[in-house]
Amino acid sequence: MLNVDAIHSYYGKSHILEGVSLTVNEGELVTLLGRNGAGKTTTLRSIVGIVRPQSGSVNFSGREMIGREIYEIAREGISLVPEHRGIFGMLSVEENLAVAARPGQWNFEGIYKFFPRLYERRKNGGNALSGGEQQMLSIARGLLTNPRLLLLDEPTEGLAPVIVDEIVNALVKIKKSGMAVLLVEQNLRICEKLGDRHYVLEEGRIVYSGDSENFRINRSVRDRYLSVGV
Amino acid sequence: MLYAFQVLNGLGLGMIYFLISVGLTIIFGLLNFVNFAHGAFFMIGGYLCYSLVGWTGSFWLSLLFGPLFVAFAAWLAEKILFHRIYHLPHTFHILVTVGIALILQETTIMIWGPVGKNISVPEGLQGVVTLWAFAYPVYRLFLISFTIIIALALWYLLERTRFGALVRAGSESAEMISLLGTNIHRLFAATFALGVGLAGLAGTLSAPVRGVNPFMGVEVLGIAFVVVVIGGMGSFTGALLGGLLVGLVQSLMSTIWPEGASLMIYGAMAAVILLRPYGLFGRA
Repeated sequence: MLNVDAIHSYYGKSHILEGVSLTVNEGELVTLLGRNGAGKTTTLRSIVGIVRPQSGSVNFSGREMIGREIYEIAREGISLVPEHRGIFGMLSVEENLAVAARPGQWNFEGIYKFFPRLYERRKNGGNALSGGEQQMLSIARGLLTNPRLLLLDEPTEGLAPVIVDEIVNALVKIKKSGMAVLLVEQNLRICEKLGDRHYVLEEGRIVYSGDSENFRINRSVRDRYLSVGV
Repeated sequence: MLYAFQVLNGLGLGMIYFLISVGLTIIFGLLNFVNFAHGAFFMIGGYLCYSLVGWTGSFWLSLLFGPLFVAFAAWLAEKILFHRIYHLPHTFHILVTVGIALILQETTIMIWGPVGKNISVPEGLQGVVTLWAFAYPVYRLFLISFTIIIALALWYLLERTRFGALVRAGSESAEMISLLGTNIHRLFAATFALGVGLAGLAGTLSAPVRGVNPFMGVEVLGIAFVVVVIGGMGSFTGALLGGLLVGLVQSLMSTIWPEGASLMIYGAMAAVILLRPYGLFGRA
């Protein structure tokens, strides 16, 4: 469904992505791992059009996405839940959802059932939410655009363990609903639990790809690319 | 009694200032665009009132079509020119919009001449109402009530509709609303047309009170920026309170100390900047 082929992306003169290729198939949850600064966020931003790759191809359902506007790519069915959540602080929870909503399988009723906390806090301002609630709202908003592919950038970062479990449960359910997901996550335990396939990014290049079985056995990949120690 | 009279005058004047400034402030909030042509569009609204009343004989038709035409012209200018410079620093916005303002002003002089025109008060709104012991012009009362209705409608649009939520969300992060699938170009153009159309409406409404002249745009632009600075960039409530404050100060001072009326407006602005650098309702 999503086919990223050898994209090169820059921030100014710094060459961030040096030929990243990856694939996400229908109904699959794929994780993208790597150390800080490896280019994970830039990869997501290149897919949704915030960063324009200078070469390569981002093919979604047979159509080229590079060169198209951010909102056009969103309307094609790719939704990014960004790293800093992008909650509109001056808008209520309900308004945050309303600006995103497009007709489809996910509607207000379904979202409020999915995240009962958001229903309780629907009249509250975005600024008044806790970090976990903001993350739920950000995911809920992404779902309400009724995408075919959901991109999540470190959804559990900086959250308390109890809240992390809640988010992970939500991701399990989203996966079960048949939605394709590309997940950037630092937490290996979560990646192993959720992912069908895994990619590891290092200095702007994909250095490993494999299914969950291979990833579990292949300890050397973790030691080499993912451990923080010496 | 004289003060009551001046307070009413100040209210009317303040609401006109509100209509002008609210457009300026919404445009700045969402588009981060500094529009120095805003006053020129206000002037066009006034002159259209003059001509449309001349052609059709109806103030009501000019009240409907004048502001609509100004909004359409603004939409066109945004589509052709302004959207190309949003990403540039504010100094470029000022350069381009001051240029447009001068073109509009000189074109106005070419069409209507350098001398100001008067517009008669529309039929049915002429004469005075006697309130307790003093008489007050009907048109000015109409002006106050009509602008209050417009302000309420605008509040509803911005606070209670999806369009309004998009404008407010876009003021926080335009990138995020495009990520959610909003066509940012259409939203920007619509908001620009709305904001400038309100300036046109203010021009039409104030024409029967103060007449029109080719330099009214420049005059009012300065005041609009004072209002926006007092109220805080991007704030609806700020524009309303700032507009009323400036209108009342100007009106009351014109009886107390006429020479100092303008001075007091800028004095009020300086005081607000010292106490609250982002304005009464501004955010950092």
